[in-house]
Amino acid sequence: MIRKFLRAAIGISVLIAVWQVAVTTGGFNPQLFPPPQKVLSGIHELIVTDMLWDSIVQSMLRFFSGYLSAVVLGMALGMYFGYFKGAWQFANPVAQILRPISPIAWLPFVVLWFGIGDIPAIVIVFIAAFFPVLLNTVSSVSKIDPTYFKLAKNFGLSRLDTFTKIIFPAAFPYIASGLHIAIGTAWVFIVAGEMVGAQSGLGFLIVDTRNNLRIDLLMSTMLIIGLLGLMLDGMVVYLERLIYKKWGAVSG
Amino acid sequence: MYVTVENVSKTYPHHGATFHALNDISLEFERGEFICLLGPSGCGKSTLLNLLAGFERPTLGRVTIDGVVVEAPSPKYVTIFQNYNLLPWRTVQKNVELGLESGNLSKKERQERATRYLDLVGLKAFAKNHPQQLSGGMRQRVAFAGALAVEPEIIFMDEPFGALDALTRMEMQDEFLKLQKQQGTTIVFVTHDIEEAVFLADKVVVMTPNPGKIKRVISVNIGEVRDRTSPDFLAIRDRIFGEFELKQKDRTEYFI
Ligand SMILES: Nc1ncnc2c1ncn2[C@@H]1O[C@H](COP(=O)(O)OP(=O)(O)OP(=O)(O)O)[C@@H](O)[C@H]1O
Ligand SMILES: [Mg+2]
Repeated sequence: MIRKFLRAAIGISVLIAVWQVAVTTGGFNPQLFPPPQKVLSGIHELIVTDMLWDSIVQSMLRFFSGYLSAVVLGMALGMYFGYFKGAWQFANPVAQILRPISPIAWLPFVVLWFGIGDIPAIVIVFIAAFFPVLLNTVSSVSKIDPTYFKLAKNFGLSRLDTFTKIIFPAAFPYIASGLHIAIGTAWVFIVAGEMVGAQSGLGFLIVDTRNNLRIDLLMSTMLIIGLLGLMLDGMVVYLERLIYKKWGAVSG
Repeated sequence: MYVTVENVSKTYPHHGATFHALNDISLEFERGEFICLLGPSGCGKSTLLNLLAGFERPTLGRVTIDGVVVEAPSPKYVTIFQNYNLLPWRTVQKNVELGLESGNLSKKERQERATRYLDLVGLKAFAKNHPQQLSGGMRQRVAFAGALAVEPEIIFMDEPFGALDALTRMEMQDEFLKLQKQQGTTIVFVTHDIEEAVFLADKVVVMTPNPGKIKRVISVNIGEVRDRTSPDFLAIRDRIFGEFELKQKDRTEYFI
Protein backbone atom coordinates (compact mmCIF):
# COMPACT_ATOMS: atom_id res chain seq x y z
CA MET A 1 0.00 0.00 0.00
CA ILE A 2 2.69 2.47 1.07
CA ARG A 3 4.81 1.32 -1.83
CA LYS A 4 1.94 1.98 -4.20
CA PHE A 5 1.56 5.52 -2.91
CA LEU A 6 5.29 6.06 -3.11
CA ARG A 7 5.38 4.99 -6.73
CA ALA A 8 2.41 7.21 -7.55
CA ALA A 9 4.13 10.14 -5.83
CA ILE A 10 7.34 9.51 -7.75
CA GLY A 11 5.49 9.31 -11.07
CA ILE A 12 3.67 12.56 -10.45
CA SER A 13 6.81 14.30 -9.20
CA VAL A 14 8.65 13.32 -12.38
CA LEU A 15 5.82 14.75 -14.46
CA ILE A 16 5.88 18.03 -12.55
CA ALA A 17 9.67 18.23 -12.77
CA VAL A 18 9.67 17.66 -16.53
CA TRP A 19 6.91 20.22 -16.86
CA GLN A 20 8.87 22.77 -14.81
CA VAL A 21 12.08 22.16 -16.76
CA ALA A 22 10.24 22.49 -20.06
CA VAL A 23 8.73 25.79 -18.98
CA THR A 24 12.00 27.31 -17.72
CA THR A 25 14.28 26.13 -20.54
CA GLY A 26 11.83 26.06 -23.43
CA GLY A 27 11.28 29.79 -23.67
CA PHE A 28 7.53 29.40 -24.16
CA ASN A 29 5.13 32.23 -23.62
CA PRO A 30 4.01 31.74 -19.99
CA GLN A 31 0.54 32.88 -21.03
CA LEU A 32 0.28 29.84 -23.27
CA PHE A 33 2.22 27.34 -21.20
CA PRO A 34 2.02 28.19 -17.51
CA PRO A 35 4.36 26.59 -14.97
CA PRO A 36 3.04 24.15 -12.34
CA GLN A 37 2.78 26.67 -9.53
CA LYS A 38 0.60 28.94 -11.67
CA VAL A 39 -1.79 26.04 -12.17
CA LEU A 40 -1.83 25.35 -8.45
CA SER A 41 -2.53 28.96 -7.60
CA GLY A 42 -5.19 28.79 -10.34
CA ILE A 43 -6.93 26.06 -8.41
CA HIS A 44 -6.75 28.26 -5.35
CA GLU A 45 -8.25 31.13 -7.30
CA LEU A 46 -11.09 28.93 -8.55
CA ILE A 47 -11.81 27.83 -5.01
CA VAL A 48 -11.85 31.29 -3.42
CA THR A 49 -14.04 32.74 -6.17
CA ASP A 50 -16.55 29.91 -5.60
CA MET A 51 -16.39 29.08 -9.29
CA LEU A 52 -14.98 25.65 -8.70
CA TRP A 53 -17.52 24.41 -6.23
CA ASP A 54 -20.48 25.59 -8.32
CA SER A 55 -19.04 24.01 -11.42
CA ILE A 56 -18.42 20.70 -9.71
CA VAL A 57 -21.94 20.57 -8.26
CA GLN A 58 -23.53 21.42 -11.62
CA SER A 59 -21.41 18.89 -13.47
CA MET A 60 -22.06 16.16 -10.92
CA LEU A 61 -25.82 16.74 -11.03
CA ARG A 62 -25.83 16.42 -14.81
CA PHE A 63 -23.41 13.55 -14.74
CA PHE A 64 -25.38 11.45 -12.28
CA SER A 65 -28.70 12.22 -13.98
CA GLY A 66 -27.28 10.83 -17.20
CA TYR A 67 -25.27 8.03 -15.70
CA LEU A 68 -27.91 6.70 -13.33
CA SER A 69 -30.66 6.72 -15.94
CA ALA A 70 -28.29 4.84 -18.26
CA VAL A 71 -27.58 2.35 -15.49
CA VAL A 72 -31.25 1.75 -14.71
CA LEU A 73 -32.33 1.44 -18.33
CA GLY A 74 -29.21 -0.44 -19.43
CA MET A 75 -29.56 -2.99 -16.64
CA ALA A 76 -33.29 -3.47 -17.12
CA LEU A 77 -32.98 -3.97 -20.87
CA GLY A 78 -29.78 -5.97 -20.42
CA MET A 79 -31.48 -8.42 -18.07
CA TYR A 80 -34.43 -8.75 -20.41
CA PHE A 81 -32.26 -9.41 -23.45
CA GLY A 82 -29.86 -11.60 -21.51
CA TYR A 83 -32.72 -13.84 -20.48
CA PHE A 84 -34.71 -13.78 -23.71
CA LYS A 85 -31.86 -14.63 -26.05
CA GLY A 86 -34.17 -14.74 -29.06
CA ALA A 87 -35.10 -11.10 -28.61
CA TRP A 88 -31.44 -10.18 -28.28
CA GLN A 89 -30.77 -11.55 -31.76
CA PHE A 90 -32.99 -8.77 -33.05
CA ALA A 91 -31.66 -6.08 -30.73
CA ASN A 92 -27.97 -6.97 -30.86
CA PRO A 93 -27.34 -5.77 -34.45
CA VAL A 94 -29.05 -2.48 -33.62
CA ALA A 95 -26.89 -2.04 -30.55
CA GLN A 96 -23.77 -2.95 -32.50
CA ILE A 97 -24.50 -0.25 -35.07
CA LEU A 98 -25.38 2.45 -32.54
CA ARG A 99 -22.57 1.73 -30.14
CA PRO A 100 -19.59 2.81 -32.27
CA ILE A 101 -21.17 6.20 -32.95
CA SER A 102 -19.33 8.59 -30.68
CA PRO A 103 -21.64 10.33 -28.20
CA ILE A 104 -20.21 13.59 -29.61
CA ALA A 105 -21.76 12.79 -32.97
CA TRP A 106 -25.17 12.89 -31.32
CA LEU A 107 -24.60 16.43 -30.08
CA PRO A 108 -25.99 18.36 -33.07
CA PHE A 109 -29.13 16.25 -32.94
CA VAL A 110 -29.49 16.63 -29.23
CA VAL A 111 -29.16 20.41 -29.49
CA LEU A 112 -31.67 20.56 -32.33
CA TRP A 113 -34.16 18.48 -30.41
CA PHE A 114 -33.68 19.59 -26.85
CA GLY A 115 -31.96 22.95 -27.19
CA ILE A 116 -28.99 23.98 -25.11
CA GLY A 117 -28.68 23.96 -21.34
CA ASP A 118 -28.54 20.92 -19.09
CA ILE A 119 -29.97 18.42 -21.53
CA PRO A 120 -27.06 17.95 -23.97
CA ALA A 121 -24.64 17.07 -21.19
CA ILE A 122 -27.10 14.65 -19.61
CA VAL A 123 -27.88 12.97 -22.93
CA ILE A 124 -24.21 12.65 -23.87
CA VAL A 125 -23.37 11.05 -20.55
CA PHE A 126 -26.40 8.79 -20.93
CA ILE A 127 -25.31 7.62 -24.39
CA ALA A 128 -21.73 7.11 -23.25
CA ALA A 129 -22.78 4.98 -20.27
CA PHE A 130 -25.74 3.17 -21.77
CA PHE A 131 -24.01 0.83 -24.23
CA PRO A 132 -21.31 -0.52 -21.92
CA VAL A 133 -23.95 -1.14 -19.24
CA LEU A 134 -26.35 -2.80 -21.68
CA LEU A 135 -23.82 -5.06 -23.36
CA ASN A 136 -22.15 -6.01 -20.12
CA THR A 137 -25.47 -6.85 -18.48
CA VAL A 138 -26.53 -9.02 -21.40
CA SER A 139 -23.32 -10.99 -21.25
CA SER A 140 -23.47 -11.20 -17.44
CA VAL A 141 -26.93 -12.72 -17.52
CA SER A 142 -26.01 -15.22 -20.20
CA LYS A 143 -23.06 -16.29 -18.03
CA ILE A 144 -25.32 -17.30 -15.13
CA ASP A 145 -25.17 -21.02 -14.52
CA PRO A 146 -28.33 -22.58 -15.98
CA THR A 147 -28.79 -24.52 -12.75
CA TYR A 148 -29.99 -21.29 -11.14
CA PHE A 149 -32.84 -21.13 -13.66
CA LYS A 150 -33.73 -24.75 -12.94
CA LEU A 151 -33.79 -23.94 -9.25
CA ALA A 152 -36.17 -21.03 -9.88
CA LYS A 153 -38.46 -23.21 -12.00
CA ASN A 154 -38.41 -25.98 -9.47
CA PHE A 155 -39.49 -23.71 -6.65
CA GLY A 156 -42.22 -22.22 -8.84
CA LEU A 157 -40.84 -18.68 -8.69
CA SER A 158 -42.81 -16.18 -10.75
CA ARG A 159 -41.01 -14.49 -13.63
CA LEU A 160 -40.67 -11.29 -11.63
CA ASP A 161 -39.24 -13.18 -8.66
CA THR A 162 -36.88 -15.03 -10.97
CA PHE A 163 -35.53 -11.69 -12.15
CA THR A 164 -35.31 -9.99 -8.78
CA LYS A 165 -34.31 -12.95 -6.61
CA ILE A 166 -32.14 -14.99 -8.95
CA ILE A 167 -31.06 -13.28 -12.16
CA PHE A 168 -30.24 -9.85 -10.82
CA PRO A 169 -28.23 -10.95 -7.80
CA ALA A 170 -26.51 -13.78 -9.68
CA ALA A 171 -25.40 -11.44 -12.45
CA PHE A 172 -24.70 -8.41 -10.30
CA PRO A 173 -21.03 -8.99 -9.53
CA TYR A 174 -20.39 -9.11 -13.30
CA ILE A 175 -22.77 -6.25 -14.02
CA ALA A 176 -20.84 -4.18 -11.47
CA SER A 177 -17.69 -4.36 -13.56
CA GLY A 178 -19.71 -2.94 -16.48
CA LEU A 179 -20.90 -0.09 -14.26
CA HIS A 180 -17.27 0.53 -13.41
CA ILE A 181 -16.20 0.77 -17.04
CA ALA A 182 -19.21 2.94 -17.85
CA ILE A 183 -18.58 5.50 -15.14
CA GLY A 184 -15.09 6.25 -16.47
CA THR A 185 -16.25 6.42 -20.09
CA ALA A 186 -19.19 8.64 -19.25
CA TRP A 187 -17.12 11.05 -17.18
CA VAL A 188 -14.91 11.68 -20.21
CA PHE A 189 -17.93 13.01 -22.07
CA ILE A 190 -19.41 15.32 -19.46
CA VAL A 191 -17.01 18.07 -20.55
CA ALA A 192 -17.99 17.80 -24.21
CA GLY A 193 -21.65 17.88 -23.24
CA GLU A 194 -21.18 21.04 -21.22
CA MET A 195 -19.22 22.77 -23.93
CA VAL A 196 -22.33 23.31 -26.02
CA GLY A 197 -24.27 26.09 -24.45
CA ALA A 198 -24.22 25.14 -20.79
CA GLN A 199 -23.84 28.21 -18.59
CA SER A 200 -22.20 26.33 -15.72
CA GLY A 201 -20.21 23.22 -14.97
CA LEU A 202 -16.67 22.09 -15.63
CA GLY A 203 -17.15 21.99 -19.40
CA PHE A 204 -18.40 25.56 -19.29
CA LEU A 205 -15.40 26.50 -17.20
CA ILE A 206 -13.10 25.06 -19.89
CA VAL A 207 -14.76 27.20 -22.57
CA ASP A 208 -14.92 30.25 -20.32
CA THR A 209 -11.28 30.20 -19.24
CA ARG A 210 -10.19 29.72 -22.85
CA ASN A 211 -12.31 32.68 -23.98
CA ASN A 212 -10.73 34.80 -21.28
CA LEU A 213 -7.29 33.51 -22.24
CA ARG A 214 -6.68 32.27 -18.71
CA ILE A 215 -4.66 29.24 -19.73
CA ASP A 216 -3.55 28.70 -16.13
CA LEU A 217 -7.17 28.36 -15.02
CA LEU A 218 -7.87 26.17 -18.04
CA MET A 219 -5.16 23.78 -16.96
CA SER A 220 -6.38 23.93 -13.35
CA THR A 221 -9.83 22.91 -14.53
CA MET A 222 -8.42 20.06 -16.56
CA LEU A 223 -6.53 18.85 -13.53
CA ILE A 224 -9.69 18.99 -11.43
CA ILE A 225 -11.59 16.99 -14.05
CA GLY A 226 -8.91 14.34 -13.92
CA LEU A 227 -8.92 14.21 -10.13
CA LEU A 228 -12.70 13.95 -9.98
CA GLY A 229 -12.61 11.10 -12.50
CA LEU A 230 -10.10 9.34 -10.30
CA MET A 231 -12.34 9.91 -7.31
CA LEU A 232 -15.40 8.50 -9.08
CA ASP A 233 -13.41 5.46 -10.05
CA GLY A 234 -12.22 4.99 -6.48
CA MET A 235 -15.80 5.22 -5.30
CA VAL A 236 -16.90 2.47 -7.66
CA VAL A 237 -13.97 0.27 -6.72
CA TYR A 238 -15.00 0.67 -3.10
CA LEU A 239 -18.63 -0.22 -3.87
CA GLU A 240 -17.51 -3.20 -5.92
CA ARG A 241 -15.49 -4.49 -2.99
CA LEU A 242 -18.53 -4.20 -0.72
CA ILE A 243 -20.61 -6.14 -3.23
CA TYR A 244 -18.04 -8.88 -3.67
CA LYS A 245 -17.79 -9.19 0.07
CA LYS A 246 -21.52 -9.61 0.39
CA TRP A 247 -21.70 -12.02 -2.53
CA GLY A 248 -18.87 -14.05 -1.08
CA ALA A 249 -15.90 -15.92 -2.39
CA VAL A 250 -17.90 -17.61 -5.14
CA SER A 251 -17.92 -14.52 -7.29
CA GLY A 252 -14.99 -12.64 -5.83
CA MET B 1 -47.36 -47.55 -8.75
CA TYR B 2 -46.41 -44.12 -7.51
CA VAL B 3 -43.83 -43.33 -10.17
CA THR B 4 -43.69 -44.98 -13.59
CA VAL B 5 -41.28 -44.56 -16.46
CA GLU B 6 -42.87 -46.17 -19.50
CA ASN B 7 -40.72 -47.05 -22.52
CA VAL B 8 -38.89 -43.77 -22.36
CA SER B 9 -36.28 -42.76 -24.90
CA LYS B 10 -34.38 -39.50 -24.96
CA THR B 11 -32.36 -38.61 -28.01
CA TYR B 12 -30.21 -35.65 -28.87
CA PRO B 13 -29.11 -34.61 -32.34
CA HIS B 14 -25.37 -35.19 -32.55
CA HIS B 15 -23.33 -34.19 -35.62
CA GLY B 16 -26.29 -34.84 -37.86
CA ALA B 17 -26.95 -38.26 -36.34
CA THR B 18 -29.23 -39.17 -33.42
CA PHE B 19 -27.62 -39.84 -30.07
CA HIS B 20 -29.57 -42.10 -27.69
CA ALA B 21 -28.98 -40.79 -24.19
CA LEU B 22 -31.70 -43.17 -23.00
CA ASN B 23 -33.04 -46.02 -25.07
CA ASP B 24 -36.45 -47.51 -24.27
CA ILE B 25 -36.21 -47.70 -20.50
CA SER B 26 -38.96 -48.59 -18.06
CA LEU B 27 -38.94 -48.32 -14.30
CA GLU B 28 -41.42 -48.05 -11.46
CA PHE B 29 -41.31 -47.53 -7.74
CA GLU B 30 -43.49 -46.88 -4.71
CA ARG B 31 -43.98 -43.92 -2.41
CA GLY B 32 -41.36 -43.67 0.33
CA GLU B 33 -38.79 -45.73 -1.53
CA PHE B 34 -35.16 -44.75 -1.82
CA ILE B 35 -34.04 -45.28 -5.41
CA CYS B 36 -30.42 -45.06 -6.54
CA LEU B 37 -29.55 -44.58 -10.18
CA LEU B 38 -26.12 -46.14 -10.53
CA GLY B 39 -23.83 -46.36 -13.53
CA PRO B 40 -20.72 -45.05 -15.24
CA SER B 41 -20.43 -41.59 -16.68
CA GLY B 42 -22.60 -41.00 -19.72
CA CYS B 43 -25.14 -43.75 -19.05
CA GLY B 44 -27.95 -41.21 -18.78
CA LYS B 45 -28.45 -40.94 -15.01
CA SER B 46 -28.79 -37.16 -15.04
CA THR B 47 -30.95 -37.36 -18.13
CA LEU B 48 -33.35 -39.76 -16.41
CA LEU B 49 -33.42 -37.58 -13.30
CA ASN B 50 -34.21 -34.50 -15.41
CA LEU B 51 -37.07 -36.36 -17.08
CA LEU B 52 -38.48 -37.45 -13.72
CA ALA B 53 -38.18 -33.93 -12.31
CA GLY B 54 -39.84 -32.42 -15.39
CA PHE B 55 -36.89 -30.31 -16.55
CA GLU B 56 -36.91 -32.21 -19.83
CA ARG B 57 -39.50 -34.16 -21.80
CA PRO B 58 -38.96 -37.66 -23.17
CA THR B 59 -38.56 -38.08 -26.92
CA LEU B 60 -40.66 -41.23 -26.69
CA GLY B 61 -42.70 -42.78 -23.89
CA ARG B 62 -43.91 -41.06 -20.75
CA VAL B 63 -43.20 -40.48 -17.08
CA THR B 64 -46.02 -40.37 -14.53
CA ILE B 65 -46.04 -39.46 -10.87
CA ASP B 66 -49.13 -40.31 -8.86
CA GLY B 67 -50.94 -41.13 -12.10
CA VAL B 68 -50.24 -37.75 -13.71
CA VAL B 69 -47.91 -37.31 -16.68
CA VAL B 70 -44.89 -35.18 -15.74
CA GLU B 71 -44.71 -32.14 -17.99
CA ALA B 72 -42.95 -29.45 -15.97
CA PRO B 73 -41.06 -29.03 -12.71
CA SER B 74 -43.16 -28.50 -9.59
CA PRO B 75 -42.40 -27.61 -5.99
CA LYS B 76 -44.01 -30.95 -5.08
CA TYR B 77 -40.82 -32.57 -6.36
CA VAL B 78 -37.63 -30.83 -5.42
CA THR B 79 -34.26 -31.38 -7.07
CA ILE B 80 -30.96 -30.90 -5.27
CA PHE B 81 -28.19 -30.19 -7.77
CA GLN B 82 -24.59 -30.91 -7.03
CA ASN B 83 -23.50 -27.28 -7.10
CA TYR B 84 -25.30 -23.98 -7.29
CA ASN B 85 -28.05 -25.14 -4.98
CA LEU B 86 -27.40 -22.38 -2.56
CA LEU B 87 -27.49 -18.75 -3.53
CA PRO B 88 -24.19 -17.27 -2.32
CA TRP B 89 -25.72 -13.84 -1.68
CA ARG B 90 -28.30 -15.21 0.73
CA THR B 91 -27.73 -16.34 4.28
CA VAL B 92 -28.25 -19.98 5.20
CA GLN B 93 -31.64 -19.13 6.70
CA LYS B 94 -32.71 -17.20 3.58
CA ASN B 95 -31.53 -20.03 1.38
CA VAL B 96 -33.75 -22.49 3.21
CA GLU B 97 -36.65 -20.05 2.89
CA LEU B 98 -36.25 -19.66 -0.88
CA GLY B 99 -38.52 -22.55 -1.79
CA LEU B 100 -41.24 -21.25 0.51
CA GLU B 101 -41.40 -17.77 -0.95
CA SER B 102 -43.66 -18.67 -3.86
CA GLY B 103 -46.16 -20.41 -1.57
CA ASN B 104 -48.73 -18.78 0.66
CA LEU B 105 -46.93 -18.89 3.97
CA SER B 106 -46.57 -15.70 5.97
CA LYS B 107 -43.11 -14.34 6.62
CA LYS B 108 -43.22 -15.62 10.16
CA GLU B 109 -44.34 -19.10 9.12
CA ARG B 110 -41.54 -19.22 6.58
CA GLN B 111 -38.98 -18.31 9.19
CA GLU B 112 -40.29 -20.86 11.65
CA ARG B 113 -40.38 -23.60 9.05
CA ALA B 114 -36.84 -22.82 7.88
CA THR B 115 -35.57 -22.77 11.45
CA ARG B 116 -37.23 -26.10 12.15
CA TYR B 117 -35.52 -27.81 9.22
CA LEU B 118 -32.19 -26.13 9.87
CA ASP B 119 -32.43 -27.52 13.36
CA LEU B 120 -33.21 -30.94 11.93
CA VAL B 121 -29.95 -30.99 9.95
CA GLY B 122 -28.09 -29.56 12.95
CA LEU B 123 -27.25 -26.18 11.48
CA LYS B 124 -29.50 -23.81 13.40
CA ALA B 125 -26.46 -22.06 14.79
CA PHE B 126 -25.31 -21.17 11.28
CA ALA B 127 -28.56 -19.54 10.15
CA LYS B 128 -26.98 -16.13 9.72
CA ASN B 129 -23.86 -17.34 7.90
CA HIS B 130 -23.38 -17.23 4.17
CA PRO B 131 -22.92 -20.55 2.34
CA GLN B 132 -19.31 -19.89 1.43
CA GLN B 133 -18.49 -19.77 5.15
CA LEU B 134 -19.56 -23.40 5.50
CA SER B 135 -17.81 -26.66 4.61
CA GLY B 136 -18.97 -28.72 1.64
CA GLY B 137 -20.82 -31.18 3.85
CA MET B 138 -22.59 -28.40 5.71
CA ARG B 139 -23.66 -26.82 2.45
CA GLN B 140 -25.22 -30.07 1.32
CA ARG B 141 -27.08 -30.23 4.62
CA VAL B 142 -28.39 -26.72 4.06
CA ALA B 143 -29.50 -27.71 0.56
CA PHE B 144 -31.23 -30.74 2.03
CA ALA B 145 -32.93 -28.61 4.67
CA GLY B 146 -34.08 -26.26 1.89
CA ALA B 147 -35.57 -29.17 -0.03
CA LEU B 148 -37.23 -30.69 3.04
CA ALA B 149 -38.66 -27.31 4.06
CA VAL B 150 -40.84 -27.31 0.96
CA GLU B 151 -42.20 -30.63 2.28
CA PRO B 152 -42.06 -32.21 -1.17
CA GLU B 153 -43.30 -35.67 -2.06
CA ILE B 154 -40.09 -36.57 -3.85
CA ILE B 155 -36.54 -35.28 -3.64
CA PHE B 156 -34.30 -35.80 -6.64
CA MET B 157 -30.57 -35.63 -6.02
CA ASP B 158 -27.81 -35.65 -8.63
CA GLU B 159 -24.55 -36.83 -7.05
CA PRO B 160 -25.07 -34.59 -4.05
CA PHE B 161 -22.04 -35.96 -2.22
CA GLY B 162 -19.82 -36.13 -5.28
CA ALA B 163 -17.58 -33.27 -4.18
CA LEU B 164 -17.09 -34.44 -0.59
CA ASP B 165 -14.11 -36.35 0.79
CA ALA B 166 -14.62 -40.02 1.61
CA LEU B 167 -15.09 -39.62 5.37
CA THR B 168 -17.42 -36.63 5.21
CA ARG B 169 -19.27 -38.49 2.54
CA MET B 170 -19.95 -41.49 4.75
CA GLU B 171 -20.95 -39.23 7.60
CA MET B 172 -23.41 -37.49 5.32
CA GLN B 173 -24.79 -40.81 4.10
CA ASP B 174 -25.47 -41.93 7.67
CA GLU B 175 -27.16 -38.73 8.63
CA PHE B 176 -29.05 -38.37 5.43
CA LEU B 177 -30.47 -41.89 5.52
CA LYS B 178 -31.66 -41.35 9.08
CA LEU B 179 -33.46 -38.16 8.06
CA GLN B 180 -35.04 -39.81 5.05
CA LYS B 181 -36.46 -42.66 7.11
CA GLN B 182 -37.72 -40.20 9.69
CA GLN B 183 -39.41 -37.96 7.09
CA GLY B 184 -40.59 -40.75 4.81
CA THR B 185 -39.72 -38.77 1.70
CA THR B 186 -39.37 -40.62 -1.60
CA ILE B 187 -35.87 -40.12 -2.94
CA VAL B 188 -34.24 -40.65 -6.30
CA PHE B 189 -30.51 -40.38 -5.92
CA VAL B 190 -27.89 -40.42 -8.67
CA THR B 191 -24.47 -41.79 -7.89
CA HIS B 192 -21.63 -43.67 -9.52
CA ASP B 193 -20.40 -45.02 -6.20
CA ILE B 194 -21.51 -48.65 -5.73
CA GLU B 195 -21.13 -48.66 -1.94
CA GLU B 196 -23.04 -45.43 -1.61
CA ALA B 197 -25.88 -46.95 -3.60
CA VAL B 198 -25.98 -50.14 -1.52
CA PHE B 199 -25.81 -48.19 1.71
CA LEU B 200 -28.66 -45.85 0.87
CA ALA B 201 -31.03 -47.54 -1.54
CA ASP B 202 -34.07 -49.73 -1.30
CA LYS B 203 -33.62 -50.31 -5.01
CA VAL B 204 -30.46 -49.87 -7.03
CA VAL B 205 -31.10 -49.17 -10.70
CA VAL B 206 -28.03 -50.38 -12.56
CA MET B 207 -27.54 -48.46 -15.80
CA THR B 208 -25.14 -48.95 -18.71
CA PRO B 209 -24.14 -46.52 -21.47
CA ASN B 210 -24.18 -46.45 -25.29
CA PRO B 211 -27.11 -46.31 -25.48
CA GLY B 212 -28.30 -45.51 -21.95
CA LYS B 213 -30.19 -48.52 -20.65
CA ILE B 214 -31.34 -50.03 -17.38
CA LYS B 215 -29.47 -53.26 -17.00
CA ARG B 216 -31.10 -54.47 -13.83
CA VAL B 217 -32.98 -53.27 -10.78
CA ILE B 218 -31.62 -54.78 -7.58
CA SER B 219 -33.57 -54.65 -4.34
CA VAL B 220 -31.46 -54.15 -1.26
CA ASN B 221 -33.31 -56.10 1.41
CA ILE B 222 -30.85 -55.88 4.25
CA GLY B 223 -32.87 -53.85 6.72
CA GLU B 224 -32.83 -50.21 7.57
CA VAL B 225 -29.71 -50.02 9.66
CA ARG B 226 -26.82 -50.82 7.39
CA ASP B 227 -23.32 -51.89 8.22
CA ARG B 228 -20.83 -51.30 5.45
CA THR B 229 -18.81 -54.35 6.58
CA SER B 230 -21.60 -56.89 7.12
CA PRO B 231 -21.66 -59.99 4.89
CA ASP B 232 -25.07 -59.23 3.33
CA PHE B 233 -23.93 -55.68 2.50
CA LEU B 234 -20.81 -57.03 0.84
CA ALA B 235 -22.81 -59.71 -0.97
CA ILE B 236 -25.04 -57.13 -2.62
CA ARG B 237 -22.11 -54.90 -3.38
CA ASP B 238 -20.33 -57.79 -5.09
CA ARG B 239 -23.41 -58.66 -7.04
CA ILE B 240 -23.66 -55.14 -8.42
CA PHE B 241 -19.96 -55.13 -9.05
CA GLY B 242 -20.57 -58.28 -11.08
CA GLU B 243 -23.16 -56.52 -13.19
CA PHE B 244 -20.55 -54.06 -14.35
CA GLU B 245 -17.75 -56.65 -14.60
CA LEU B 246 -19.86 -58.73 -16.91
CA LYS B 247 -20.23 -55.78 -19.16
CA GLN B 248 -16.47 -55.45 -19.28
CA LYS B 249 -16.03 -59.14 -20.20
CA ASP B 250 -18.45 -58.68 -23.09
CA ARG B 251 -16.36 -55.81 -24.31
CA THR B 252 -13.06 -57.64 -24.05
CA GLU B 253 -14.34 -60.47 -26.18
CA TYR B 254 -15.68 -58.02 -28.65
CA PHE B 255 -12.42 -56.17 -29.04
CA ILE B 256 -10.29 -59.34 -29.24
N1 LIG C 1 -28.46 -31.49 -23.84
C1 LIG C 1 -27.74 -32.48 -24.37
N2 LIG C 1 -27.37 -32.44 -25.66
C2 LIG C 1 -26.65 -33.43 -26.21
N3 LIG C 1 -26.24 -34.51 -25.54
C3 LIG C 1 -26.57 -34.63 -24.25
C4 LIG C 1 -27.33 -33.62 -23.60
N4 LIG C 1 -27.52 -34.00 -22.31
C5 LIG C 1 -26.89 -35.18 -22.19
N5 LIG C 1 -26.33 -35.57 -23.35
C6 LIG C 1 -25.56 -36.80 -23.56
O1 LIG C 1 -26.30 -37.87 -23.06
C7 LIG C 1 -25.45 -38.80 -22.41
C8 LIG C 1 -25.96 -39.06 -21.03
O2 LIG C 1 -25.77 -37.88 -20.25
P1 LIG C 1 -26.05 -37.79 -18.70
O3 LIG C 1 -25.64 -36.45 -18.27
O4 LIG C 1 -27.43 -38.20 -18.43
O5 LIG C 1 -25.04 -38.88 -18.15
P2 LIG C 1 -24.73 -39.24 -16.64
O6 LIG C 1 -25.01 -40.67 -16.48
O7 LIG C 1 -25.41 -38.30 -15.73
O8 LIG C 1 -23.18 -39.03 -16.60
P3 LIG C 1 -22.27 -38.40 -15.43
O9 LIG C 1 -22.01 -39.47 -14.44
O10 LIG C 1 -21.01 -38.02 -16.16
O11 LIG C 1 -22.99 -37.22 -14.87
C9 LIG C 1 -24.07 -38.21 -22.42
O12 LIG C 1 -23.32 -38.89 -23.43
C10 LIG C 1 -24.28 -36.78 -22.80
O13 LIG C 1 -23.21 -36.32 -23.58
MG1 LIG D 1 -24.77 -36.70 -14.46
